[in-house]
Amino acid sequence: MERFLDSFLNAKLIAATWPAILSGLVVTVEIAALVVVTGLLLGLALALLRWRAGRWIGWPLMLFVDLFRAVPPLVLVLLIFFGLPNVGIELPSFAVLWLVLSLVLAAFAEEIVWAGLIAVKRGQSEAARSTGLSENQTLIYVVLPQALRLAVPPLTNRTIAITKNTALGTVIGVPEIINQATTAVSFSGNATPLLMGAFAYLLLFVPVIGLGRWIESRFAWRRQ
Amino acid sequence: MRPPHPLLDIRGLRKSFGAVEVLKGIDLAVSPGELVFLIGPSGSGKSTLLRCCNRLEEPSGGSIWFDGQEVLADRIDINALRRRMGMVFQSFNLYPHMTALGNVTLALRKVLKKPRAEAERIALAALERVGLAHKAGAYPAELSGGQQQRVAIARASALEPGLMLFDEPTSALDPELVGSVLQAMRDMRAAGMTMLVVSHEMRFAREAADRVVFMDAGVIVEQGPPEQIFGAPRHERTRAFVSEVAR
Ligand SMILES: Nc1ncnc2c1ncn2[C@@H]1O[C@H](COP(=O)(O)OP(=O)(O)OP(=O)(O)O)[C@@H](O)[C@H]1O
Ligand SMILES: [Mg+2]
Repeated sequence: MERFLDSFLNAKLIAATWPAILSGLVVTVEIAALVVVTGLLLGLALALLRWRAGRWIGWPLMLFVDLFRAVPPLVLVLLIFFGLPNVGIELPSFAVLWLVLSLVLAAFAEEIVWAGLIAVKRGQSEAARSTGLSENQTLIYVVLPQALRLAVPPLTNRTIAITKNTALGTVIGVPEIINQATTAVSFSGNATPLLMGAFAYLLLFVPVIGLGRWIESRFAWRRQ
Repeated sequence: MRPPHPLLDIRGLRKSFGAVEVLKGIDLAVSPGELVFLIGPSGSGKSTLLRCCNRLEEPSGGSIWFDGQEVLADRIDINALRRRMGMVFQSFNLYPHMTALGNVTLALRKVLKKPRAEAERIALAALERVGLAHKAGAYPAELSGGQQQRVAIARASALEPGLMLFDEPTSALDPELVGSVLQAMRDMRAAGMTMLVVSHEMRFAREAADRVVFMDAGVIVEQGPPEQIFGAPRHERTRAFVSEVAR
């Protein structure tokens, strides 16, 4: 028991490591926030583009979406971080992580929003058009709000799942939580920093999950 | 017999879905203030005819004139035209994320560009006319079918259309709710609205219609005053349909 406590909850190590974990937490929060914003906006934009532009955007978009949904984010991170310099593009590791996770989230978000858009009954847009609303007005005021209500629960889940992938930053040296924790582990030979990392994730994501629940319940939808 | 300028004048209208011709040359004129009832068996093309009038379906041939404008012209402002032709659907199609008032004000604000206060005043008046001003703040899910359909009528009529198209407005309703919707239509007619109505409410047709048009398999078989169509139909197909519907 004592050995267990010593290797997972070493008080001295906690005192020495917490500033590093905290700075990792800040980095994680920064990337996660950026990813949520750019990923969701891009996903939304792509779904709307697909809705309005129809066929010609269809298959390249599908290709992008399927690619980013199928390939594990870790592979994408490694591919872009180590591959791009070969073609003369050097991106800082922070930017690579942000880019990859944004694109992955955008791919999922596009599919989720699209599914919401096509789930809205045809009669809704027909009614709107019959009152003289334009195609864009119909989309913005009638179809999209209904689509988003359908999309919010899966979108919330997906967003949480993908922002947790910020931990992948550790393999390319982004100084996020896990990177800080593993560095401290290798210096001390003690697992306590990892437990602190896990705790930092709890600290970060329990409120986020709570927020997700709240958003879902707010958007909960009384079906007719 | 008819005034020289019908409000709606449909000539030789054709519509095909793929290889199937659903409307096979329809000629129909509706005069200002007239209430025309459109009846016919399922699949005869009644809805398609109505939906061609505001181009929710794109006709394959023929012409439609509405209020002196050629509906099928390439350069027509279709949105301006549509708001002058109100449409009421069998399934109401209220926007579920908006209150009754929101449903009615949307086009007033976004199409007619009315300021909010004025749009709400007009919308409340329209809801009042269908007896639902007290439900202005209710969401569609909180309304009965009959109330929803009356909100839909208010949504269309608030735009002051010149013509109202009704596609089976009462057939999704429980029998006890039909009366309130018919009453709203009766009031509309009394106010001088021109109406083209697809419906199987034969009692209402007898009472309110100026003319009944019987369609079958994409053509107009027979038309005339309700007494003729229901009392002494000339064509065998009309007779068969009317006796079937009358049970
Ligand atoms: N979008 C469409 N694509 C293909 N066929 C269609 C489409 N809409 C209607 N049809 C066909 O056109 C024919 C006429 O349909 P329509 O809905 O106009 O009939 P209706 O007289 O309104 O019938 P009901 O009384 O059942 O409403 C039917 O055979 C129908 O299957
Ligand atoms: Mg029909």
